[in-house]
Parts: sequence; C-alpha cells; structure tokens
Amino acid sequence: MLSSAMTIGLGHYIFVSGALFVVGLLGVLLRKNIIVILMSIELMLNAVNLAFVTFGYYFDDVNGAVITLFVIAIAAAEAAVGLALVVNLFKNFRELNIRFFEHLKG
Amino acid sequence: MFYLLLFAPLVGFLINGVRFRSQNAKVAGAIACSAMAVSFLSAVAFFFQLKGLPADERVFKFVLFNWIQVANFSAPMSFTIDPLSMVMTLIITGVGFLIHLFSVGYMDHDERPAKYFSYLNLFVFNMLLLVLGSNLLVMFVGWEGVGLCSYLLIGFWFTDPAKAAAGMKAFITNRIGDAGFLLGIFTLFSVFGTISFEGINSFAMNNPDVLATGGFTGGWGAPVTLACLFLFVGAMGKSAQIPLYVWLPDAMAGPTPVSALIHAATMVTAGVYMIIRLNPVFLIAPDAMFVVACVGAATALMAATIGVLQNDIKKVLAYSTVSQLGYMFLGVGVGAFGAALAHLMTHAFFKALMFLGSGSVIHAMHEEQDMRKMGGLKKQMPITHWTFVMGWLAIIGAPLFSGFFSKDEILWMAFHSPRGSVVLWGVGFVAALFTAFYMTRLMAMTFWGKSRVPKEVHPHESPWTMTVPLIVLAFLSVFAGWLCVPHGVGTLFGHMHNYLDDWIHPLMATFDMPHGENDLQIEFMLMGLTLFLVFVSSLVAYTLYAKKPEVAERNKERFKGLYELVYNKYWVDEAYFKALINPLVRFSQGLWSRVDVKVIDRLTYNISDMVKNAGGGLKMVQSGNLQMYALYILIGLVCSLWFLMER
Repeated sequence: MLSSAMTIGLGHYIFVSGALFVVGLLGVLLRKNIIVILMSIELMLNAVNLAFVTFGYYFDDVNGAVITLFVIAIAAAEAAVGLALVVNLFKNFRELNIRFFEHLKG
Repeated sequence: MFYLLLFAPLVGFLINGVRFRSQNAKVAGAIACSAMAVSFLSAVAFFFQLKGLPADERVFKFVLFNWIQVANFSAPMSFTIDPLSMVMTLIITGVGFLIHLFSVGYMDHDERPAKYFSYLNLFVFNMLLLVLGSNLLVMFVGWEGVGLCSYLLIGFWFTDPAKAAAGMKAFITNRIGDAGFLLGIFTLFSVFGTISFEGINSFAMNNPDVLATGGFTGGWGAPVTLACLFLFVGAMGKSAQIPLYVWLPDAMAGPTPVSALIHAATMVTAGVYMIIRLNPVFLIAPDAMFVVACVGAATALMAATIGVLQNDIKKVLAYSTVSQLGYMFLGVGVGAFGAALAHLMTHAFFKALMFLGSGSVIHAMHEEQDMRKMGGLKKQMPITHWTFVMGWLAIIGAPLFSGFFSKDEILWMAFHSPRGSVVLWGVGFVAALFTAFYMTRLMAMTFWGKSRVPKEVHPHESPWTMTVPLIVLAFLSVFAGWLCVPHGVGTLFGHMHNYLDDWIHPLMATFDMPHGENDLQIEFMLMGLTLFLVFVSSLVAYTLYAKKPEVAERNKERFKGLYELVYNKYWVDEAYFKALINPLVRFSQGLWSRVDVKVIDRLTYNISDMVKNAGGGLKMVQSGNLQMYALYILIGLVCSLWFLMER
C-alpha cells in the first residue's frame, strides 16, 4: 500500500505538467513585465514538453520524445526573436511594462 | 451611316464635355458645328435614300440592342427612319446646325463656351433619340433628355438666381407633363400589349371599328381616350399648352440661340410630333382629340393676347411660340395632321429666324432686351432687319410666305373638318389677328420708328457667323411653304402637289372629309377675310407703335384695367402660386417639421442611439490590453473544449 503510494506514476507527471502550465498561464495573464511574460511562455511550453514525454513513455511511443525535440528547437528560436523584439522595444521606449503598449499609435 | 446621324452630336458632346474648361469659343464651336454638319449630311443622305424607295416601303429600321425584355413586354433600343421622322430629323439637324453656327458668334464673349456647346450637342442627340425612337420608351428617354438639356441651358447663366429659378421652373413644370406621358405609355401598353409605334398604329389602323365601338366602351372613360389624354398631358408640358405653358416665357432666361433651337424650333414641337406619330390612335379617340383642339385654340388666343403688351423682345417671341404651338395642336385636334406638321416645319424656320434675329439685336444692343430702348435699328442692322421682315411676313401669314400656307390650312381644316367647328375656327382666326398685331408692334418698336437707343450704345451689324444663318433661315421662311401648298390654294397654281402631305401619307390614318359643292369658294372667302383683317390689324399696330406712339400711351391710360390684366399675363403665375405652389410648400413644410423631424428623425436617432450604446458596451472589450486578449483566448479555448467534451 505504502510502496504503491510512493510510486511515481502517470498521474503525478501529469499533475506537475498541469501545475507548471497553469503557473505559466497565470504569469502570461498577470505579470506586467514583457520579459517575465516571455519567460512564462517558455514555462508553458516546457509543461507541454513534460506531458509529451510522459505520454510517450507510458504508451511506448517514440513520437512523444520526437515532438518534444521539435518544440525545444522552436522554443529556442521563438525566445531569440521575442528577446530581440523586447530589446528593440526597450531601446525605443525605455519601457518594459506591457500596459504601456496598449495603443497602436504611440 | 445611321451611327453618324445619331451619334455625331453625342461625340461632339463628349469632346466638348471633356474639355469643358476651355474658353475658346471658336474651337468649341468648330467641334460642335462639325458634329452637327456630319449629322445633317447623313440625314440628307438618308433622305435621298428614302426618296428612292417606293412610297409604301420608305422605312429603315435599326436595332442597337435589346434593352428591356420581361415576359411579353419588350423594349428594344431601336430606331425608325420613315418619312415623318425624316422631316423632323432634317429640321433638327438643319436648323440645329445653323443655330450652332450662330452661337459661335453669339457666345464669343462667354466664359464657358465649351460647356455651352456640349450641352447644345447633347440636346440634339436627345432630340434625335426622341424623334427616331421606334417605341414609346426610347421616345421617353429622349423626351427626358431634352428636358434635362433644356434645364441646363435655361439656367446656363446660373449665377443669376432668377435664371436658375427659370430653369427649375421649366424642369418642374415638365415633370408634371412627363408623369402624364408615362401614364399614357402604361395605358397604351395595357390596351395594345405593345409600346412600339408600329404595333400600336397598325392595330388602330386595321381595326378602327373594333376600337371605337365593339372591343372597348366608347366615351370619355374608354382606355384609348384615357391614354390619349394622358399623352396629351405630356405634350402640354413639353409643348407649353394651357395650363402648363408658364415655363416657356421664363425659359427666355437662357442664351438666345438656345431659345431659338430648343424653345422655338425643336423641343417644344415634340408634343405635336408625338401626336402626329400616334395619329391613328388619336383618331379613334375623338373625345381626346376634341380636348386637344380646344386646348390648342385657347392657348393660341390667350398667348397671342399676352404677347400684345410684352416689352421684352424675347418674351413677345416666347408668347408667340406658345400661340403658334397652340395652332399646331388645333391642327392635330381637328385631324389636320399634315397641316400641323407643315406648320411645325415653317414655324421652326421663321421662329428660329426671329429668335436668332432678336439674338442679333440683343448682341448688338449689349444684352438689352427691352424694346422700349430700341427703335430705328433698321439703318444700323440692315441684314438683321431684312431677314426679320421675312420672318414677320411669314408668321402673320402674308400671302405666299411660308406661314400663310400652313396657318391657312390649319384654319380651314378647323372650319371644315368633321372634328372642327366654327367656334374653333373663330378662336384661331382672332388669334391670327392678334398675331399680326403683336408681331407688327415688335417690328415697329425694334426696327422702325424713332430711335430710343441710349446714347452710350452703338448698335452694329453682327459678324458673318450670325448673319449667314439668318439669311439661310430667311430663305427657308419665305420658300418652305411651297413644299406644303394646301389643296385650295394649290388650285390657283395649276393643282400643285402638297409635297409634304404626299411624303407622310403612308403613315397617316385616313378619315372621311366631307366634300361640299362650295368648299373652294368658302375657303377663299375665309382666307380673304383673314388676310384683310390681318392687314388692318398690322396697319393699326404700325400706326400705333411706329408713327404715333403717343396714341398708344393714351390708350394705355384709357383701358387701364384691361391693360394691367394683360400686361401681367392674366395673373396666371400669381394664381398658380396662390392656388397650388404656396399651399404645397406650406404642406411640405408641415410635413417636414411635424412628420420628418418629430417622427422619422426621432425614430432613426433613437435606433442609432441604441446601436451606439450597445457598441459602447462592447467597446470596453477592445481595450488594447494584450493580457486581456490572452484571457479571452483562454476562455474561448476552455469553452470550446467543454463544449466538445459535453457532446
């Protein structure tokens, strides 16, 4: 009973993955700093990665791991582009608060 | 070639219309005149082609495209050249060309000659549509088109509010007539099931008995009678008959060549042309014809009496035009379609001549139109004077001048035709005396007698572009009558043919004309009476206004009441304002302030407020806050997932 309780199973992985996703989501929705928002997006992506790997392992399917590799590559590219944009925004406006960019016409 | 005839004026309109800013009257005039010349020459070519055919086959048809085709209603954009439309086409393009030429000189100093000439060309194009169209709908397109051009040209000098108002008056008055014309088209279609002239006329020509008695109930309510009356309402508007004649005298606000072309020679005769074109239909509606004749005779007399006391040279000519149009309607009303067409033609020549002559005078007098400031212009303007004399002799019906033949024939038919009566003849006869009086008065006040020209004005003869049209038209005014010598007069010259009657004969429905023993004697007696009294009337006018103006002044005092009544045109305009226009304006104002502002506007405002408020609520969503948008996406995602799982 104890041993089975201590075994880390599918449910645990999924729970962690879900928790990470929600944390990331809340970060995207609530934080004001653009860099933090980007970081939160990374967090969400990684939560999804975790879910993919878990399901791949449990269903004995290699595709889960493959997709994860793709996601990591794309996430890296996305982070590069996103950070470049943020750097430029900061250079132009000296501002990183997302609420500052509400209006199309500055 | 037909395209040349019809579309040359349209091309001229487009060219001058595109370069409407040009201020060069010579170039604009050259373009417009050459368009007219092309059109006229192809009309002449068509005339000879037509003449080469046997009398029964003289018709050319052209279909451009199928315009409207709904169930059993069809209105192709098709045109017919037959003897009747040929006569009109020759008048329109021929007189039109001369008037275009005259305009080159007349509009020399104007600021917008290109615009003027483009309108003039557009008018001719529409007029050709009107006369050449082979069904009522094409005719109606032209009918509206000439109305538009008339409006544009009357109000050509629109910076003067009175002139702009005159244009609007013409347009609105015509609108009333046009409504009648449309109703007439509808009624004819419901009766005959077709709107092509050929179909309508052949049906009426082949079954006169059926239509008059059997198939339809006779009398005033008969559909054909109703249709004819509706069409005549249209003709009243376009051809300025009682009660819709009021626009024509005001239309003199336009440039004088326009008055000559549109308001004397061509457009205003459209109503007469339409009735002649539909003569078989009118013949089977005797009641409608009686109305036409009465209105025509009344208009002829009334307008002639008003003309007697006008002081504006163009106003006199305008009332004269109304009066002469009345003669034409008297003619068609008593079934003298040939005589009406003859008068239409001769009138087109001599009235265009006199309008152009008055234009020449006005041009020389530096835009002065008041005859009280003229007089004795004979010496300074010999060509204008002599051509004007020809027009004067033609209109009063001096023997062997063109007006003599046509007017005499109309009067004789009014007396003799079974549709006519002594009363109609009498009214026409009295109108002829008044015609002689006011025309002689016009001549006396303008050209003869003592000069009343102000010192600073130096009248001079006009340039050749203005005198050449005058001379050509004077020639036509004198000799055109020989084309339509009436039977009675013809006997004097060895039974001369009435060429015009022979020419249009295939298109005319015939009806029995009584032949009495003494017809010829009676005709000559009436003619002699008319001629004698016309001579007396002219002599009186000459004495009063050229020799002894002081007597005319004295008479003015003696008959003050009558003078005031006639001088103010029987207060017709004022009566219209009082009885119709002012109540209508008040009614409209009431509608505006009560119904429009209080009900309709309020309703629309309320609806728009509702929409605006709803939108205002939704506007909150569109805040620009990126994180809110992300939240919406999330909500949307959750909802759709939930929806999918529920299923």
